[in-house]
Amino acid sequence: MKPVNFDYARPADVGAVLALLDDQSRAVKLMAGSQSLGPMLNMRLVQPDLIVDLTGVAELRRVEETAGDLVLGACITHADIEDRRVPDVTRGALPTVASGIAYRAVRNRGTIGGSLTHADPSADWVSMMAAVGARVRLRGPSGERTLPIEQFIVGALEVDLAANEVLVSVVIPKLSSRARWGYYKLCRKPGEFAHAIGAFVTDPERGLCRVVIGATETRPYIVTDARHLLGDVAAGGPAHKVDPATVDAFMAEQGMHDPVDRQIHVTAFRRAIEQAR
Amino acid sequence: MKGEAKSQGIGASVLRREDDRLLRGRGQFVGDIKLAGLKDVAFVRSPLAHAKVHAVHVPEAERGRRIFAAADLDGVKPIVAITALAGFKVSEQPVLAVDKVRQVGELLAMCVADTRAQAEDLAAMVELDLEELPAVHDMVQALEPGAPLLHEHWGDNVFLESAMDVNIEAAFDAPVKITRTIRTARQSMAPMEGRGTVAVWDHRMEQLVLYTGSQMPHIVRNGIAECLGLQQRQVRVISPDVGGGFGYKGILLPEDVCLGWLAMRCGHPVRWLEDRREALTASANCREHYYNITAYADRDGRLRGIDCTAIVDSGAYSSYPFSACLEAAQVVSILPGPYDFPSYRCKTWSAATNKCPILPYRGVARTGVCYTMELMIDAIAREVGMEPYEVRLKNLVQPEQMPFDNITRKHFDSGDYPEALRRAMAAIDLPAIRARQQRGEPDGRLIGVGHSIYCEQAAHGTSVYAGWGIPMVPGHEQATLRVTPDGGLEIRVGVHSHGQGMETTLAQVANEILGIPVDRIKVVHGDTEYTPYSTGSWGSRCAVMAGGAVATASREIAKLVKGIGSHLLQAGSDDVNLVDGKVVTATGSVSIEEIAHTWYRRPQDLPAGIDPRGLETTIGFKPVRDSGTFSYAAHAVVVAVDPEAGDIELLNYVIVEDGGKLINPMVVDGQVYGGLAQGIGTALYEEMNYDSSGQPLASTLADYMLPGPTEVPAPAIDHMETLSPYTEFGVKGIGEGGAIAPPAAIGNAVNDALRPLGAELYQSPMTPRRVLEAIRAARQRASAQTVAEGV
Repeated sequence: MKPVNFDYARPADVGAVLALLDDQSRAVKLMAGSQSLGPMLNMRLVQPDLIVDLTGVAELRRVEETAGDLVLGACITHADIEDRRVPDVTRGALPTVASGIAYRAVRNRGTIGGSLTHADPSADWVSMMAAVGARVRLRGPSGERTLPIEQFIVGALEVDLAANEVLVSVVIPKLSSRARWGYYKLCRKPGEFAHAIGAFVTDPERGLCRVVIGATETRPYIVTDARHLLGDVAAGGPAHKVDPATVDAFMAEQGMHDPVDRQIHVTAFRRAIEQAR
Repeated sequence: MKGEAKSQGIGASVLRREDDRLLRGRGQFVGDIKLAGLKDVAFVRSPLAHAKVHAVHVPEAERGRRIFAAADLDGVKPIVAITALAGFKVSEQPVLAVDKVRQVGELLAMCVADTRAQAEDLAAMVELDLEELPAVHDMVQALEPGAPLLHEHWGDNVFLESAMDVNIEAAFDAPVKITRTIRTARQSMAPMEGRGTVAVWDHRMEQLVLYTGSQMPHIVRNGIAECLGLQQRQVRVISPDVGGGFGYKGILLPEDVCLGWLAMRCGHPVRWLEDRREALTASANCREHYYNITAYADRDGRLRGIDCTAIVDSGAYSSYPFSACLEAAQVVSILPGPYDFPSYRCKTWSAATNKCPILPYRGVARTGVCYTMELMIDAIAREVGMEPYEVRLKNLVQPEQMPFDNITRKHFDSGDYPEALRRAMAAIDLPAIRARQQRGEPDGRLIGVGHSIYCEQAAHGTSVYAGWGIPMVPGHEQATLRVTPDGGLEIRVGVHSHGQGMETTLAQVANEILGIPVDRIKVVHGDTEYTPYSTGSWGSRCAVMAGGAVATASREIAKLVKGIGSHLLQAGSDDVNLVDGKVVTATGSVSIEEIAHTWYRRPQDLPAGIDPRGLETTIGFKPVRDSGTFSYAAHAVVVAVDPEAGDIELLNYVIVEDGGKLINPMVVDGQVYGGLAQGIGTALYEEMNYDSSGQPLASTLADYMLPGPTEVPAPAIDHMETLSPYTEFGVKGIGEGGAIAPPAAIGNAVNDALRPLGAELYQSPMTPRRVLEAIRAARQRASAQTVAEGV
């Protein structure tokens, strides 16, 4: 199939993007790397009147470091992170996860902002950004607001982003040397969407102890205080102390009723712990 | 010179001549064809699996101009693929649906515009008034009493019942009796290039010219002429480069007929290029089988009998030309595979369901049959406590039995099946794997080894297909050979390459006999205007049939060349020989170039009585027996199964193949690699599911998973070359074999790996979920047993 006829704009700054979004008379869709939107356009699952291409907005490619955080513009690509063209403040977590996203061709174009906004529960960033405690900055006509990922993503393919807002950047906390992380995904073959993701980040100095179970039917399960799931790992202990039954029960509580699904997700989680760095 | 000429003949791994253009992106596929004024077509398709069509509302301004519904297609006949088999029920597939739709994706209207996107805009303007009916979404459900009916006047959902019983009662007292239910998933054939058609009416030639990627252009011409009421002279079918066929380019689609009709009226060329969604969900699927099978055996592993019922999900319509029942009827005759046993009963049903038609995909029914039979052999081995290869060796047809007529009267031409198996077992090193299993793996994975063996009947001819009575029965295969005025050679054949490399291999056959260098030989195929009639490329028949025709015609050309050459050498025609492209006597020689120059350019040098056929001939070929060649292979594989995640990794893969004499061993290896990749897809990845309303659940390649380079190991391939006594040079057809054995070999390896857990898996693809479910079921059985014993 082919897309419907649409207009195309490539503004140079966020203000112009917001002005275009403000047009109530037509359906506007923002496009960054177009790695998810492209196929959806082709299948006419989305039929916009106007596509606003964000790749010409310099601000969205900007990278800033503050004392505690790294701020990545929404249009930073997976490959930028994989190749460490942007600084790594996560003890290798983000570059490692980036290198496993889909295929290189997708990573060259796909962006962190696009991935988080699309909010596919099987996507790597949705889980890993939540695990690391990242926040997103959203800008609209009345100014900017900042949300932690777990508040931004409200469901499968569903985010707290108004029609006249744009995600401008992702704020990633700098991890200390005492931080540990793990990420494991199960997928049928390299490049395919995961069918189970386990992720965790602990950093005693930043008070981080987070677990994410991803590739779920609904929004990934994000646990911001995961001491009960991580067991001794939270305190820097050995990996094998994690209790699968506790994790299994947690997932059942979250509404994952199929025992095979739970088993696959427990496995992904355990392996994330076993491979903790 | 002699050595050089020899190196291009039979048995030489000549580089494929077509690869220069194909690998540089210079191939010409249907999608590359640009004609002035070309417009694109998109179809309005049924969103429902089963529904009454009350109305197709087309905006008045567009009706008959840019949008066409069934009522507009005056004089177009439906596609009907009959068989002569007793009890076969005929389906009529209207090219645009009339009263009813019977599958998602069935065509309801045709829209034409300057671009595909605009044609889709038109399609979105058409409003459908459909009344949904309950759908038949599963082949087992199709046969249940009270199931909804697809073709009401049939009274049931059965295209055909097939059955055979050979002394089954004699097996009933066997000490070992094992019954299993086995299923293979519905699949998409998924060639890289989808279907596509460009149609234009040529006023000068008074001809509908149809460019369509097809394995069988002459059969498409038959079908188009019949549906559109044209004379054969008014239809020309051109199949340019074809990006993979596998059976999918072996059927006539309603889209082809629609475009032909439109091109005859609209005054400009029209094009339809199938997209992946249409390919996956609408046009055709394959492979979906259900078996309930019982094996009877003695305690020493000797097979006493097989008793089986099977259903094949044939979809909504009988597709042209192979029909809806090729596959299920074939199950009856080929289930015994390469085994010799005394009792057999099998009954099958071709079930009509609200899904797109099934068609014969590479390996046809053999992949499902091999999976079923070989899983049963391993189940017997486990039951009697033998190694599976020992059970196979006890039951395989033996070399001294050749030629051999098996229990279903299949005629095996030659071969040493036990030797293929022994070589495969040696190459996979069974003792080393058993020792490794004893040690266990540091990562907790379970190692399994499995193997399978099959026979592939190829190039079956008139005697086989006359009984089927489908719209296409192969007869003599013809080739036209013509020496050109410069001493080169043109070969014209009605079969067509969709990746097989026949531009190279058929030239090698001619080179073997005539000594003309391969780069001076042009193979013309894929055009009804230029080639002799043929049923085309299917059934692994081209090397045997077209190769045989080229060999036969080359010998005729050799006689003609020698006739002129002997005159030029002043010798008797019996006193000359043709050696390396020269006619020679004891004292002199004359080249084919000089002979051709004389015939075409200097006829004044020829005597009055020269053979007036010149240097051109058309001649037909049939093997000595046309019941088919039997190639075969043993596959062996080592897998690692992750019992926590359900993942399966292939660690080592071995293939011992016997394709008779190999024309080009490198091309044969290519066929085996490609088949293996598809077999791995069947075994582990590919699955076209439908929900209970008949909606296909995989409409993109994100949902329909194909193996990629990281999933296909490089196999070790060993060749045996047992000649067929019936064919030119002893060649056998091998095009499909690679895709037949992998699901069985991998399935047996997985069950071997799962054996310590007491789990068995009898359904393909063997996905992580199915592996984990099998393990869970085994644990539940074990704990239930423990409880029972405790009580």
